Amino acid sequence: MSHRRPKSPNMQNYRPQLTSVLSFGHRLSGVALSLGAFGLAGWLMAGASGQDAFGSAQALLLSVPGRIALFLVTLALFYHLCNGVRHLVWDSGRGFELRAIYAGGWTVVGTSLILALALWTWWPA
Amino acid sequence: MTIRHIPPFARARGLGAAGHGTAHWWAQRVSAAGLVPLVLWFALALAGGAAADHAKLVAWLAAPLNSGLMILLLMAGFHHAALGLQVLAEDYIHSGARFVAVAAIQLACFAGAVFGIASVLRVALMP
Repeated sequence: MSHRRPKSPNMQNYRPQLTSVLSFGHRLSGVALSLGAFGLAGWLMAGASGQDAFGSAQALLLSVPGRIALFLVTLALFYHLCNGVRHLVWDSGRGFELRAIYAGGWTVVGTSLILALALWTWWPA
Repeated sequence: MTIRHIPPFARARGLGAAGHGTAHWWAQRVSAAGLVPLVLWFALALAGGAAADHAKLVAWLAAPLNSGLMILLLMAGFHHAALGLQVLAEDYIHSGARFVAVAAIQLACFAGAVFGIASVLRVALMP
């Protein structure tokens, strides 16, 4: 294997477009949600360990950096969820016209923002 | 010119060069479909104050429906995470570290699921 050749993907050669930005966002939000999954496991462990451990976990989550991280995970969750449904529609062989791809893309952006903000407006803590 | 990575019989069976065919792709879609209702359930429960304090969390998580759904969320979530992170490692790591990364991803996700499920069971089966 040659090690000096440029290897795909060469993102720097492309002008950012909605399609590529959303595609990269799907991967980035997936990484954020993977970290969130480990956070969920840790949070459940704290809950199972007792009141004191759960109190410390909640204090961490409800601190300012904790809330920022939680909000970003919420945003990643709803974005990945909506865009994942978009992917499932594509998997059924539908929605490949350029207009449909852009319409679906903007719908995903709007819907995920609305859902994330709605959840945080509703959230009691 | 056609570059043939796959012998004719394997091509006819449609299982690809590694013999795994569409297993990874299909598992990613199935876990994704399962996660849609599970993450919505969890988000709504949190917004409804299910984990506002420790007593509420324990009472909520100990209900059989909620423990079951939480275990399903952990299983589907960590499975989906392992499948997705594996794709990222395969796409972006171009050295031998790729195999180490894929193995580490799978082991870490397996551990995350087990620790999470053990915690749910601890709460659910608490006397």
